[in-house]
Amino acid sequence: MVKEILKDLDKAFENRIRLGIMSALVVNDYLDFNALKELLEVTDGNLASHLKALEKSEYITYKKEFLDRKPNTNYSATDKGKEAFKKHINAIEQLLK
Amino acid sequence: MDKEKYIEDLKEIKDIMHRSKRFISLSGLSGVSTGVVALIGVFLAYQIVFKGNDYLVHHAVGISNEHLSYLLLIATGTLVLSVWNAIFFTHRKTKKQNQSVWNIQTKQLLLNLLIPLITGGILCLLFLAKGFVGVLPPLTLLFYGLALVNGSKYTLPEIRNLGLIEILVGLIAFHLVEYGLFFWALGFGLVQIIYGLIIQRKY
Repeated sequence: MVKEILKDLDKAFENRIRLGIMSALVVNDYLDFNALKELLEVTDGNLASHLKALEKSEYITYKKEFLDRKPNTNYSATDKGKEAFKKHINAIEQLLK
Repeated sequence: MDKEKYIEDLKEIKDIMHRSKRFISLSGLSGVSTGVVALIGVFLAYQIVFKGNDYLVHHAVGISNEHLSYLLLIATGTLVLSVWNAIFFTHRKTKKQNQSVWNIQTKQLLLNLLIPLITGGILCLLFLAKGFVGVLPPLTLLFYGLALVNGSKYTLPEIRNLGLIEILVGLIAFHLVEYGLFFWALGFGLVQIIYGLIIQRKY
């Protein structure tokens, strides 16, 4: 039984920062790099590497645009990512029951 | 099993969802100060324009052009001071909490506040141009309330209730339109001060 639940816990969300990124992106249509950085209180490099990891598992996607001629990257959660996040939360709740 | 870690995780998730979605640095003091400004505005309007008239027959009071321009001057002054106060206190609080003022949450909040506010503002000007001064207090209350309800998704949950109360006061003010100034003072003054104090104490 517990093993079943553990299977649903997503390795991608074991890290706090990645969990934080997903939490923010499931309730917002999109957030840019600086918004995420401010929200999670992490360094540029740290955030970038975790974003890359989530991109690799296709849980998030990004769109580059130009704001006052400065490049700006908006991140958003994919359907796959939202599904995985929901599953992960459910698994945690089951474990805590 | 590390239950503790998962409990911490859930807490963190909730906190981030809340902080990322809403503008939480709203200052209660801005509510209090705009309330006080509103009361001063009403007092001035009463002293200059309505004094000497029986309060009960306000609907019969003819407003001369001179009085009307005084009234508009007071109204504009009240508006400008209120907005300035709100910005000043909120800016101070965001600084204290180390948050930026101009982020996606504030943009969403402002946009959602401004849609009903501008609609109401234009409607008020149209009524004013046709000489219907009496409907302005209830109309401003109504649209302010609608704006707050609309924007409350992006800020503190208390704002929704404040909006609902303003709508209610606005509707009553429409019904008892001769007491417009009184209800205006109630909604923009007293209710706002009370909510400002609640928010200031809670956050």
